[in-house]
Amino acid sequence: MNYRGSAKKFLEKENIVIGDIVKLTKKNIYYIGMLLDRAEDADDEHLVIKLDNGYNIGVNINETRVELLKKGSKPRIELPPVVVDEDDQKMNISIISTGGTVASIIDYKTGAVHPAFSADDLIRATPELLEYANIKGEAILNILSENMKPSYWVKSAKSIADEINNGSEGVVVAHGTDTMHFTSAALSFMLETPVPVVLTGAQRSSDRPSSDAFLNLISSVTAAKSNIAEVLVCMHGTENDSFCYLHRGTKVRKMHTSRRDTFRSINALPMARIENGSLKLLNHNTIFKKRGESDLKIYEDIEPNVALIKSYPGIRSDLIDYHIDKGYKGIVIEGTGLGHTPEEVIPSIERAKESSIPVVMTSQCLYGQVNMNVYSTGRKLINAGVISAGDMMPETAYVKLIWTLGQTDDLDEVKTIMQTNIAGEIQEKSSMKHFLF
Amino acid sequence: MNYEKLGLKMGLEIHQQLDTEKKLFCGCECNLTDKKPEYNVLRNLRPTQSELGKIDRAAYEESRRKLKFIYETYSNETCLVEIDEEPPHPINQEALEIGIIIATLLNMEIVDEFHTMRKQVIDGSNTGGFQRTGLLATDGYIETDQGKVKIENLCLEEDAARRIGHKKGNTVFRLDRLGIPLLEITTDPSMKNPQQVKEVAYQIGQILRSTKVKRGLGTIRQDLNISIKEGARVEIKGVQDLDLMPKMVENEVKRQVNLLKIKDDLLKRNAEVDDRLYDVKEVFADTESRIIEKSEKVLAIKLEGFSGLIGREIQPDRRFGTELAGYAKKMGVSGLFHTDELPAYGISQVEVDKLRELLKASPNDAIIIVADDEDKARNALNEVVRRSKIALKEIPEETRKALPDANTEYLRPLPTASRMYVETDIPSTSLDLDLINQIRENLPELPEDKKVRIMNEYKLSEDLAGQLVRRDAVNEFENIIEKLDVDSKIVASILAYTLKELEREGCDTEKIGLNRMIETFKLLQDHKISKDAIPEILSSVCFEDCSPLTAAENKGLIMLSESDLELIIDDIIKGNSSIIEERGMGAMGPLMGIAMKKLKGKADGKIINRMLREKIENH
Repeated sequence: MNYRGSAKKFLEKENIVIGDIVKLTKKNIYYIGMLLDRAEDADDEHLVIKLDNGYNIGVNINETRVELLKKGSKPRIELPPVVVDEDDQKMNISIISTGGTVASIIDYKTGAVHPAFSADDLIRATPELLEYANIKGEAILNILSENMKPSYWVKSAKSIADEINNGSEGVVVAHGTDTMHFTSAALSFMLETPVPVVLTGAQRSSDRPSSDAFLNLISSVTAAKSNIAEVLVCMHGTENDSFCYLHRGTKVRKMHTSRRDTFRSINALPMARIENGSLKLLNHNTIFKKRGESDLKIYEDIEPNVALIKSYPGIRSDLIDYHIDKGYKGIVIEGTGLGHTPEEVIPSIERAKESSIPVVMTSQCLYGQVNMNVYSTGRKLINAGVISAGDMMPETAYVKLIWTLGQTDDLDEVKTIMQTNIAGEIQEKSSMKHFLF
Repeated sequence: MNYEKLGLKMGLEIHQQLDTEKKLFCGCECNLTDKKPEYNVLRNLRPTQSELGKIDRAAYEESRRKLKFIYETYSNETCLVEIDEEPPHPINQEALEIGIIIATLLNMEIVDEFHTMRKQVIDGSNTGGFQRTGLLATDGYIETDQGKVKIENLCLEEDAARRIGHKKGNTVFRLDRLGIPLLEITTDPSMKNPQQVKEVAYQIGQILRSTKVKRGLGTIRQDLNISIKEGARVEIKGVQDLDLMPKMVENEVKRQVNLLKIKDDLLKRNAEVDDRLYDVKEVFADTESRIIEKSEKVLAIKLEGFSGLIGREIQPDRRFGTELAGYAKKMGVSGLFHTDELPAYGISQVEVDKLRELLKASPNDAIIIVADDEDKARNALNEVVRRSKIALKEIPEETRKALPDANTEYLRPLPTASRMYVETDIPSTSLDLDLINQIRENLPELPEDKKVRIMNEYKLSEDLAGQLVRRDAVNEFENIIEKLDVDSKIVASILAYTLKELEREGCDTEKIGLNRMIETFKLLQDHKISKDAIPEILSSVCFEDCSPLTAAENKGLIMLSESDLELIIDDIIKGNSSIIEERGMGAMGPLMGIAMKKLKGKADGKIINRMLREKIENH
């Protein structure tokens, strides 16, 4: 119960709890309704009741008498159990849920949308999934994606590996959208997978009729059944509920705070378009790992002590110094333009190199390649030992550095790995088509 | 019909758009547009569970139709909030304040804290699949000739998207109307007399019009709740004409009484509904019915013991069969055939006989046929089966649509309360007592009070004052009177009557505006124009979009100076000296006629009269 202060005392005095039917009498009026919980951050002067007509109202407890009419039970959502009949003709697809909007329902705790669904709830909400595959659900985390951290990436990678080892022919990962592209990049580096691993989410919570979760989930299952054995992100292609795009896990980014088609391939085209249960490649020249091509391998060692720092006019070198002094093991800079910082920051970057801390340069432009040869500042940065991230997005480079530092401590080796394409994250060719697709 | 004996009870639900600067949950303006839409967005909706875990029956029914929706949007007129691509912004304070004003005028108790709810509506009219609504006040009343009527609830909600039509089987909505603040006012469903309902609707309308609400077609919508003792509660949507209300009540009561009779007859006959759907395409191999011929599937059901009852009239010109067809149409078919009306529509007696044979139907049984695509025909007949089964038990609770002939047709089942759950994207709003008190002290004048006040204050007739109030011209009137020294009756009559006449003649009187109106009356005050010239000047202002002075000059309506006037009068006297000599003062009448004709609008009649009199006397 979230009632606190005066409201809590008021209820305790009368021994009234959430779910009870109460009569609240004020000077000119009385209300009868079911006591509901109150949002955590709301004041302690009002009680929330649900009237018979379905409306909630808040009643101020000052000069209010309360009377218990009927003891009740806290309203809870009761759902029938999920029974899945396996069908030999269908593929076995696992859905792993980590929380987030794709798996959420209204929570009395804060009065806000919260991840609270189990993987079974996903199936229950989208029974059509069972027409596409034998679905197995597994909830491994229950967090909002802003609370994700590198150790959870490892946990997710291991769970996915378990599913595959247990016969799963494709894995869908339900994930909050905020940091989905960090997780997809991390899984891309950690997993060598013989089957598709597809991350998906929702921009409109699944408790509402207009949720994008349904199309995203169904399309993800289609992707998970496909021949593309990579880590992928599958989300709405446009603001219409008509098709989804399938993006490579290292080349995708959340680009809008609220739109359904927020995920965009950056410096790449989406790999495929998924519509009505079928998958079409956008570009037939795309090279990808095919189903069964490689055995399952997991590279789970990481060094989470990495910082992602954005350069901006007025940035001071002590920001870099701070990270060196605090013992960070790697720094990714989101530079301006072709990959720059103000010149006065360069001495601190040299200091990082002297402390064996790799510094990787990306661009806050997001689109295009980093190239530090064009201007003198860039050349100075190269001389200070900065590693160019090529066309990798800052987020991908950040994740890759965390992973790379888990594989080796050797600075030269770090540089080599960072500049070698591991999971489609680096492309030498920049196509005309790749900008603002 | 004896309403009292039948236990008739009625309630009203009034929806009124507010005239706020912005929409309830976003920064868009509250205007409708006829511009060609710039984007079409395709969406699906699905029913979901409410916080209490129940799926609403109305929502469930909608979901069975699996409709997709097309939303028309614009880059300037609408934004991402309406298309459900952005969370709602905090609630519009202006709308809340107007709501509090109206609640106060309706003697209601305002809630301490306003919570925005999501009311599930998945017919596509709301992009989110729910309408945002909140309860603002309860327990008010208004006085009528037949006693107090309780006003139960006042809710502040967002208006729905505008239904435009169909495209490739999908319903098309325009998002311009979605999100305009709307007040929903509900009375207690205990009114027993249709006249009282009409009076309540009128009074609430008057109160609404005293505040910042939208005017004109579609800005106010009235729904009527009706029930009789043995019958069911029915909500009639969209009653436009208050005068039609008593007739609509009569027709609905008739419908329920007749449905009850049909139920009794069915029970007497041991009627039964056969669940089975029969494929009867073979019967119509050589049919002359075009509809049947071109349909993919012809399906039929047998209603045992229903013969003769389906064709029975239950409302003027509407039969029990029309009710069944209403349910079928909701599944997308254009209608149905039933044996009570056959042979007809190209279906022959031979075909009817074959049909009866195939379904093994006795003469007491009725058969219903639907011809369409398989899915649609199947769904439609399943609905007819469901409705027919209900007919054996009771009258269903329904939402019905008002028709222009005071009849109604089926829309959907009555919604249940469980389709409401909390809107988590909008924090609750504590309604500050200071704000409420401040609003209470500055309540707008009610139309009736305003009328009486200006009658007394400016010595206006009741009709004139009433017209000013109705035309919402009192502010303008008082503004002019306050600024200028002109006869209040003249000003009132121009604002009340002349403008109306000009509008009838096709003038866009909006073009005049307060400033030009003041300018016009200033010309009158300064004796530059006569009052008779005002209609022509205003008409010219509208058509030419010019200043009143320019209009008066162009039309030659600037009054002559006394010396110029005297010259003209002298001319008239000179030209008519024989009459004057003959009749003396008796010539006054004819000469006045000649002068007025010549000088209309250019001189004050009183002055002409005075001058003529002097000149004749001194002749």
